[in-house]
Amino acid sequence: MTFWQNFFWISFPYIMLTMFVVGHIYRYNTDQFGWSAKSSEFLEKRQLKWGSVLFHYGIIFVFFGHVAGILIPKAFYDSVGITDHMYHFGAVWIGGIAGLATIIGVCLLMVRRFTVKRIYVHSTFRDILVLVLLTLIIFSGFVNTVWYTGRGVAFEYRETISPWFRGILTLNPDSALMAGIPLGFQIHVVSALLLFGIWPFTRLVHVWSLPLEYLKRKYIVYRAVFGRKALAMSEDPEKQ
Amino acid sequence: MKIKAQFGMVMNLDKCIGCHTCSITCNNTWTNRPGAEYMWWNNVETKPGIGYPKEWENQDKYKGGWQLRNGKIELKAGGRVSKLLNLFYNPNLAELDDYYEPWSYDYEHLLSSPGKKHQPVARPKSQITGEYMDIKWGPNWEDDLAGVYQTGQDDPNRKGIEERVKFEYEQTFMMYLPRICEHCMNPSCVASCPSGAIYKREEDGIVLVDQEACRSWRFCTTGCPYKKVYFNWKTHKAEKCTFCFPRIEAGMPTVCSETCVGRLRYIGIVFYDLDKVAEAAATANEKDLYEAHLGIFLDPHDPEVIKEARKAGYQEDWIEAAQQSPVYKLAVEQKIALPLHPEYRTLPMVWYIPPLSPVMSAFDGGLDGINPHVIFPQIDELRIPIEYLANMLSAGDTEVIRKVLKKMVAMRSYMRSLNLGKKPDQTILNAVGMNEETMHEMYQLAAIAKYDDRYCIPKSHREDAGNMFLGQGTAGFDFMEGCSGCSVTPIISSDYKIGDDYWGELNG
Repeated sequence: MTFWQNFFWISFPYIMLTMFVVGHIYRYNTDQFGWSAKSSEFLEKRQLKWGSVLFHYGIIFVFFGHVAGILIPKAFYDSVGITDHMYHFGAVWIGGIAGLATIIGVCLLMVRRFTVKRIYVHSTFRDILVLVLLTLIIFSGFVNTVWYTGRGVAFEYRETISPWFRGILTLNPDSALMAGIPLGFQIHVVSALLLFGIWPFTRLVHVWSLPLEYLKRKYIVYRAVFGRKALAMSEDPEKQ
Repeated sequence: MKIKAQFGMVMNLDKCIGCHTCSITCNNTWTNRPGAEYMWWNNVETKPGIGYPKEWENQDKYKGGWQLRNGKIELKAGGRVSKLLNLFYNPNLAELDDYYEPWSYDYEHLLSSPGKKHQPVARPKSQITGEYMDIKWGPNWEDDLAGVYQTGQDDPNRKGIEERVKFEYEQTFMMYLPRICEHCMNPSCVASCPSGAIYKREEDGIVLVDQEACRSWRFCTTGCPYKKVYFNWKTHKAEKCTFCFPRIEAGMPTVCSETCVGRLRYIGIVFYDLDKVAEAAATANEKDLYEAHLGIFLDPHDPEVIKEARKAGYQEDWIEAAQQSPVYKLAVEQKIALPLHPEYRTLPMVWYIPPLSPVMSAFDGGLDGINPHVIFPQIDELRIPIEYLANMLSAGDTEVIRKVLKKMVAMRSYMRSLNLGKKPDQTILNAVGMNEETMHEMYQLAAIAKYDDRYCIPKSHREDAGNMFLGQGTAGFDFMEGCSGCSVTPIISSDYKIGDDYWGELNG
């Protein structure tokens, strides 16, 4: 039992997170051409509208919810006077609504990808894998929030999963914290880690290309024909 | 004064026969590959009609180009914040069906079909899904007004003359409009790209997409009011007309120009003042945009301009090319070429000489028709309504079109009297503000149009470029580096100008 416990809550996370970091560095340096959001709006627009908008805005809220619940220690909330009840009220309602939007969104996207011929024909294995995995993660996460937490018999992940995950990030993992967490949470954590592992090799890399620099950029971009990169390339023929 | 050189093109619509050779050769050179089959970087439309993609001129629908907002120029589709908020779904995007679904034919069936009573046929097959399909729309669907009695109602150039533009057979008119990317001086596609992947080349103004920096946000395709930035559905990257830069750098004309059987295209450079671009693009009255655009160009014969051009690093052959530029002559000196839809405020650099030939047919093509005393008063009554041309080429200002058409009529009349050994009628020349010398120049360039007169293309400077071979594919792909300068507050940094030390090193 300890072997599997250590595997799932220590080895596996580190393998996946290593793939996440090294994979991004590798792909960014070798595959700029493939690095994109792979938008399919051009082939199908009507169904994308609600699916994409609900999913993306939903998942942005969900992300910040995870920061609040996983990365920020429970002690912080206690110290500023946010009680468990207040926290869970917020988590269930705000998290639940954001989660619902994300679920509706991802379901619409899933239906679209499998039923619109133009989209399905040009879906790669990775596109479908990412979508299926995301659906599994979102669905299990939503069930966890609404089912386990919302019933009032709150499973306090802030005293188990959260310190465990912070332990992973601070290179001080403690697999014992994860002993006996509910199955729904186990599925959610393991599938999310798997997604992190394959992330750099999928279309998800577009997350890191959120073009915030556009906000302060000059509108018209000029480049010299023989700019820095061209010069660097002429000095290093290997990079042609 | 901040001097820049810019490649431009002029198309003489009077000579276009709508043969599509330009489109085909462009397609064979650049877009004959999966994901790009539907793209026609060069296409020829029959006007009136809704064009390619459908209704591209309808900016209420696609929201391309710029508009004035409280006296300031801003992207019509919305500024930076609006772009980021719409990142997940671009409401203005033209879909594949707005262009057409590309197809091929099931030729295999012709060979494999068993013996039957009837001939086997090759059914159309979608190049997107691979399934059999019914063709509902295609490239150049409205060729020679096909179906325009229905679709033509949606042509925005009919604005204000709906009564006069009829689509009944007896009353209709048509003209051809070949279109490529305008390589604008104030390009809204560049401004729309959140990733900074589209850029204007400092040296020659050609607008290109950095395929490695494009992140598939697709705002450029809607930002361009001419719909000349395309989305490759296979690579998920934006693509557009490159002005055939590998040929241009070597001093050769673009493929579309080289292969034009009507020899109606002209290519040359113009010098312009970057400091004036923002002001010109923000001209309050749309009808003044044409004049404002003319005001940006610099006279390449002016010693002051030549001095500035040298200071900016342009060499003698480029200055000479600017002086001989057919684009400058037709647009600025002779003023017979006009920008396409100046009201989009992008300051486009592919200009058009409006068509006169269909006009002549109004007089049964008779020789007497060339008598300007007969035609001048009747220019407003011609077959192509002058308002229609004005909506296309001068933001609705009919006086601009009238002047150009009169010049063209006067030129024909003048040359005809010379050919017949008659004394040219000076009053006609005076009426259009020209003299015998300028008449001859216009005749040589517009009518005779020798190869060397049509193309005046200075090569890019190899000694400045180091290794040209390396330079071609890279085209200054330094991502967001030294990314400065802007039509609104133009600053061009020269921090990556190539120094003597580098070249000294390279040459040993």
